[in-house]
Amino acid sequence: MPPEPGLSYAAAFAPALLDPTRRTPAIVTGPNGKAAGRRYDVYRNNVTLSLIDALAAVYPAVQRITGAEFFRAMARFHVRSNPPTSPLLFEYGRDFPEFIAAYEHAQDMPFLADVARIERAWLDCYHARDAVPLPADRLSAVTSDRLANLTFVPHPATRCLRSQYAAVTIFAANRDGAPLLRIDASTPEDALITRPEFDVTVRRLPPGGAVFADGLISGRPLGEAAASALAAAPEFDIAANIAGLIEAGAFISLACGDPS
Amino acid sequence: MSAKHAVTSLVLAGAVSTALATLAAAGPLTKAEGEAAVAAKKEKCFGVALKGQNDCAAGPGTTCQGTSTVDFQGNAWKFVQGGTCTSIELPGGKKGSLKPV
Repeated sequence: MPPEPGLSYAAAFAPALLDPTRRTPAIVTGPNGKAAGRRYDVYRNNVTLSLIDALAAVYPAVQRITGAEFFRAMARFHVRSNPPTSPLLFEYGRDFPEFIAAYEHAQDMPFLADVARIERAWLDCYHARDAVPLPADRLSAVTSDRLANLTFVPHPATRCLRSQYAAVTIFAANRDGAPLLRIDASTPEDALITRPEFDVTVRRLPPGGAVFADGLISGRPLGEAAASALAAAPEFDIAANIAGLIEAGAFISLACGDPS
Repeated sequence: MSAKHAVTSLVLAGAVSTALATLAAAGPLTKAEGEAAVAAKKEKCFGVALKGQNDCAAGPGTTCQGTSTVDFQGNAWKFVQGGTCTSIELPGGKKGSLKPV
């Protein structure tokens, strides 16, 4: 049967793919015009399965934490309520961390959404544009009267995330496949994710480090970012954090402000 | 910026110079030695939690994905967690997963 006037074949074919309660579209028929529900179900299955597999590929640590069966059930709910909006499969699942945070059956794993956020940032970092990190000697060329107003241009792959839980430790322990020791989830941890060359690296930031990194990444001057970090964590070590961020390849260039 | 936490140019200059000295420390070593030293220091001060593994987790769509499992019906939902979450402890002695919800 041809599609209804004004409706493309795809527009008639697609709506029931993610909703098993809807009937097979009338345009789908067998050779003799007979109903072809089982043939249509093959498409339903492929669409659902490939999207669940896409989530499993982006969020392997989440799957290891919950177990595959729990993960696939949770992912199926997500796929049903959040179908893809882009043909690029690696873009799919950007809203999965928020879905996990609200997912009724994951409420006793409050760290899980943050682990998912790190995994999403990992993939975005991986796909970000290549750029040459800032060489350390560029910093030595800045005169001391210009340091307070100095700003940094972030590397396109740099991401910084904060968690009220030990999300970085839990992420790392569940990404490498090694047997898991006991983890205390209650220690807050912040993550810096960078890719100076080809390897994505996830670091745990020291106290105040995320405030400092976020400040510099968003273009705030060095003096201001350091003051905010000290306000957030009195033990904040400016030198160690400057060295750490440059070593991590978090930035690509400097912009000198006016002398202070 | 509050006066209490104002960071003077002098403090910043000292911090940058210390940072540069730290970064230059691996200079005279060979590339491998330098990398080893840097890696060791990173672990200690600016903790590398995980590095690399790009080849096995490059994201979806990079391989031909099988479709043999019938997954679209799935009316028998699985709500009980079965992964590593039992090793992840929460405040008050609670584990990540103990109760079937």
